[in-house]
Amino acid sequence: MLNYIIKRVLWMIPLLIGVSLISFLIIHLAPGDITNNEGAFNPKTSAESRQKLRELYNLDKPVIVQYGLWLKRMVKLDFGNSFQTHRKPVFWGTFDKEGNYTPGMIQESIGKTLIINILGLIVTLILAIPLGVIAARKYGQWQDKSITLFNFVGFSIPSFWLILLLMYWVGVINNWFPISGWQSLNYESLSTWEQIKDRFAHLFLPVMVPSITGLAGITLFVKNGMLDVLYQDYITTARAKGLSEHKVVYTHALRNALLPLITIVGLSIPGLIGGSVIAESIFAINGMGKLFFDAVTARDFPVVMGILTIGSALTLIGNLVADIAYAWADPRVRRGVTQQ
Amino acid sequence: MNTSVLKKALSNPLAKSGFIIILTVFILAMLAPWISPYDPDDINVKAILLDPSAQHWMGTDGLGRDVLSRMLYGGRISLLVGLVAVGISTAIGILLGALAGYYRGWVDTLIMRLVDVMLSIPSFFLILAVIAFLTPSIYNVMIVIGLTSWMGVTRLVRAEFLSLSSREFVQAARTLGAKDARLIFTHLLPNSLTPIIVSSVLGVAGAVLLESGLSFLGLGVQAPQASWGNILSDGKNYIQFAWWLSLFPGLAILMTVLGYNLLGEGLRDALDPRSGSSK
Repeated sequence: MLNYIIKRVLWMIPLLIGVSLISFLIIHLAPGDITNNEGAFNPKTSAESRQKLRELYNLDKPVIVQYGLWLKRMVKLDFGNSFQTHRKPVFWGTFDKEGNYTPGMIQESIGKTLIINILGLIVTLILAIPLGVIAARKYGQWQDKSITLFNFVGFSIPSFWLILLLMYWVGVINNWFPISGWQSLNYESLSTWEQIKDRFAHLFLPVMVPSITGLAGITLFVKNGMLDVLYQDYITTARAKGLSEHKVVYTHALRNALLPLITIVGLSIPGLIGGSVIAESIFAINGMGKLFFDAVTARDFPVVMGILTIGSALTLIGNLVADIAYAWADPRVRRGVTQQ
Repeated sequence: MNTSVLKKALSNPLAKSGFIIILTVFILAMLAPWISPYDPDDINVKAILLDPSAQHWMGTDGLGRDVLSRMLYGGRISLLVGLVAVGISTAIGILLGALAGYYRGWVDTLIMRLVDVMLSIPSFFLILAVIAFLTPSIYNVMIVIGLTSWMGVTRLVRAEFLSLSSREFVQAARTLGAKDARLIFTHLLPNSLTPIIVSSVLGVAGAVLLESGLSFLGLGVQAPQASWGNILSDGKNYIQFAWWLSLFPGLAILMTVLGYNLLGEGLRDALDPRSGSSK
């Protein structure tokens, strides 16, 4: 088991190098270079000051050297200062002379994105597993057909459209939930209980909408997994032993059908980080997705590179955790691994 | 692929309904230049934001353009993007998957590591970044979606090749002295078609969703060209009094994507040799 973990961790290194290469290539896709932002459009800047700017950013060195410098800084997670917000650091915060701490941009926003997406995943799982089990047990009957139809619609619907419709229905016509922001304006002055209610109200739509679209794939997956398992011999044995149907389905069948689910959850980890760009932009929640979109439109390279790198690193770590969880959960893999 | 396989494929109810939907959308899009009542770019300031009526079945938008016509032409765009993007990603996927599955060894490892790297970058971020750094245009959208969706096909083709290479007919052909290219194109590829077809159909669904999302964000099809995504984007500003701008394009995207998903899943059910056993 330990060997497996060590091997997987070591594999991450070439992958991270690959990610850094691709990120580096993307930056250099943009026609013109960074000095255009600060130099070319201002007719007063002379050729010398632009050249100085180039040297400052190491743009006059050969590409390989630039890549090496990029790699060195990437390892330290130092992406430079954001262009937009006038030198506010991208990741690690700064201490100014009085020791006041200004958090980095990604640091501020990543919490919100993770909260929304992880909550969304939890809601999805809570809803999808029972639905999948029902669909499997009532295969071919109306429950199965309607659940399946609901799911197909769920993963065919464009999420931004669903958000618009729900915002209009829930937020504007019936004023059940607030449709934007992370908290109300008077959040600070509310009691703790009211703060919790307020947070819940603001998070309701942003969490529910992606859950509905994510629900579909997982429900069908659980259903197919259950169908595969329910016809196996050991289930027939359990029934023959006289176990109640409830025990047969939930204790024996479900446990085995859920194993591939760990893999699926692992595959949705990139979505946890990057999947909420549209939702955050529409709901005006300052998470990483919105930060990324704003940065991309403003050509704010340090922020873009920072988010790409952090996002990829988190994905790799998430996949590692999912793989280890799967190896731990599936006794076949565990035994097989230690036999190597 | 002979006719009995095709018949079996299309007898699946999911596949049938999906196919009908797709065919309808396709025909409407193809006939757009002939059946659209107005020119989609016809600005008419006297007819701004009109309700759906007999003259304008789906109303008009903020510049007085007929929404139905824009929807028909938008359908052409969405389908075009979907098909080209999937074409690119399938081509790349078949190429890399075949190389990895046939030659194995370091070629396989290298290609699989490349797949892993591409899979670890959140793809929406990657697409956004690349399109925004180049200029947003319909061609860039097609190419970028194609360049970020080939990983699944690669894995499928590679798996098929790996499992097929140990079958007798392949061994026999090899013994008879067949060269690499012949083995790949005559023997291995044709028998790997099933997952490729399923993956392509489902890929079109994903590509249409992606394109509409990008157009909604302003990074896809640019105005004045109509795309379902950018009609929705215009419409969101008027949602309270011009509901038709937000309803019809969304419905169109939903139906098209649903059609492709139904067809893909239906084909997968029908053509997968395993699914006959447990049901």
